[in-house]
Amino acid sequence: MKVLAALSGGVDSAVAAARAVDAGHDVTAVHLALSSTPAAVRSGARGCCSLEDARDARRAADVLGVPFYVWDVAERFGRDVVDDFVAEYAAGRTPNPCIRCNERIKFAAVLDRAVALGFDAVCTGHYAHLVDGALHRARDTGKDQSYVLAVLAPWQLARAMFPLGDTVKADVRREAHARGLAVADKPDSHDVCFIPDGDTAGWLRRHLGEQPGPIVDAASGTVVGGHDGAYAFTVGQRRGLRIGRPAADGQPRYVLDVSPVTRTVTVGTAADLDARTVVTGRPTWCSAPPSLPVSAVVQLRAHGEPIPAQVEATPGDTGLRLRLLSPARGVAPGQTAALYDGDRVLGSATVERAESGAADNS
Amino acid sequence: MAYLDHAASTPMLPQAAETMSGLLGQVGNASSLHAAGRRARRVVEESRETIAAALGARPSEVVLTSGGTESDNLAVKGIYWARRSADDRRRRVLVSAVEHHAVLDTALWLAEHEGAQVRWLDVDAAGRVAPAVLAAAIDEAPDDVALVSVMWANNEVGTVQPIGELAEVAHGYGIPVHTDAVQAVGQLPVDFAASGVDALTVTGHKFGGPLGAGALLVGRDVAVAPVMHGGGQERDVRSGTLDVPAIAALATAVEIAVKEQPERAERLAALRAALVHGVCRAVPDAQLNGDHVFSLDRRLPGNAHFSFPGCEGDALLMLLDARDIECSTGSACSAGVARPSHVLLAMGHDEARARGSLRFSLGHTSTAADVDALVAAIGPVVERARSAAQ
Repeated sequence: MKVLAALSGGVDSAVAAARAVDAGHDVTAVHLALSSTPAAVRSGARGCCSLEDARDARRAADVLGVPFYVWDVAERFGRDVVDDFVAEYAAGRTPNPCIRCNERIKFAAVLDRAVALGFDAVCTGHYAHLVDGALHRARDTGKDQSYVLAVLAPWQLARAMFPLGDTVKADVRREAHARGLAVADKPDSHDVCFIPDGDTAGWLRRHLGEQPGPIVDAASGTVVGGHDGAYAFTVGQRRGLRIGRPAADGQPRYVLDVSPVTRTVTVGTAADLDARTVVTGRPTWCSAPPSLPVSAVVQLRAHGEPIPAQVEATPGDTGLRLRLLSPARGVAPGQTAALYDGDRVLGSATVERAESGAADNS
Repeated sequence: MAYLDHAASTPMLPQAAETMSGLLGQVGNASSLHAAGRRARRVVEESRETIAAALGARPSEVVLTSGGTESDNLAVKGIYWARRSADDRRRRVLVSAVEHHAVLDTALWLAEHEGAQVRWLDVDAAGRVAPAVLAAAIDEAPDDVALVSVMWANNEVGTVQPIGELAEVAHGYGIPVHTDAVQAVGQLPVDFAASGVDALTVTGHKFGGPLGAGALLVGRDVAVAPVMHGGGQERDVRSGTLDVPAIAALATAVEIAVKEQPERAERLAALRAALVHGVCRAVPDAQLNGDHVFSLDRRLPGNAHFSFPGCEGDALLMLLDARDIECSTGSACSAGVARPSHVLLAMGHDEARARGSLRFSLGHTSTAADVDALVAAIGPVVERARSAAQ
């Protein structure tokens, strides 16, 4: 097969590409330029796709003996991922940009271009396992990235390749060493790739400006503090709250709700954060849609705990209602709910709201 | 493999490679006073004489450098600083809008850090600077001009500039003229003295010499402040231990290139005609960029440059590369991300046209088979690139 291997400059994508070469595929490597003005060097482990990363990717391609190009997707990435990130926070939701990137860039814009240019598949270093075209969790459950791929539709998965699905991270690094890949010891990137210093609140402040407002206690309705911008807060957050006095019961307070229209951040107790029902928008199924209702396991964060649930369609098929068998703590609108049947990924949907309290029987 | 990127670099002439390898085993710093040093020095001086003779210069006018970029930096910075030292009003640097980045970026750097003002010389649709345009630009404030720099022939679209006339205009005001002749040597007749310019850049690897060796021809009475300070080599203009084997190879190559230039130009022009004809037949809506008149006074004989509507240049390049056909999009890439060519934009084309372009350049090893391979592939490649751009 003609395979386009996306090389980030990190160890995972390099080893993934190497395996594709070993499997006998005709591999071409590309590094995706996501910014028109990339930083010269990576600042530690944060961020990605600096010029240094591009060089590391090029060197990996040299070792693999495959052609190497840089594809400029900065404009699409800016629109589909970065602008979306800002807009979601501005709307009081919590986005996951890695999911948008997979959905709209890596397995859409890049995949479309690859197919038009004659490639059969796009290969990445994601930790996920494709079994007969069906998406599953990776063997390395600590590194499993099936959550961020749960947004892919069957046509995208049909042309995806994840060679690292059966390997644990430590072995991937060992393999990189054995293959003579200099990136074997390069630290993994984390956090949001386009916010290299990790200061998301500061980055949002630069994009959205200061939008001060009150912090309100849910139970009493009183104003207990102030903030510079509701976008810096997400449901379940405890840090960063400037609250004048401690709560009457001495318990810490958590963000329950963010309302950008009124610029209000509502806080409450840990118990208030518990959600037993989650309502989502329309799902994307990774293979043939299951007939609802169905039992599934729900994961609400990239490395969140999977929670057993009953999955139903909402009236009019506008989305899903997930009745969680045990509560999830702090479910924010905009998050992705990934649905699993054991290790197999059923699909995903975007959270619209959570409902706390006892399970609803309506 | 069909290599069609000779404007980027061209294979070393076997004679030049032989000269170079023959000297690699010989130790000697050309600045040393002992026998080994004198041996090395002799090779340098004989090479200098050869280079001078081939290019219509005097040996004392040849400053040996590491190549085109260094020579351009030395010319633009060195002449600017010298002219400004003599008269502090002289801050204006007149540069054509189609210069190579080695001249362009140097001029911009002088503007940002050395108080220069860059005045772009507009070009016509073929990429040419008219002498009247230069005169008008100088006239805006003639006493404030430090220097003029216009390349002999353009690297992207092959346009030949009226260097003699431009030099005459500038000299009417007593302003020195530098020309980057890197693409011209070996394809066109280049005579330093006859051209009238004050400084001229050449580099070896464009005409079958080695990488990393070039020269700046400078008139004896043209003041040039050094960029490289140190041991005082090259009459204090360019310090640094000389790369003797590379310089000798440079001399071997330039002598051959100049001697063979007339027949080479004819042979390349014929291959280029077949290439242009073939590409236009295979892709009827391909647009030829640059001067449509294919004569030596207008366009480099080995240069062809096309825009393919509805395509991205980097997709075309990738598809051709996969078929072992090697060419260039002609645009500068620092991060490997292509920017639309400033040359095409200066010629009045829009960004889409600039982004959908390819440069095909022929050289001394080019054959009809190279042209045939391109002509056979270009149709299907353009079709695929078009569908990828949808």
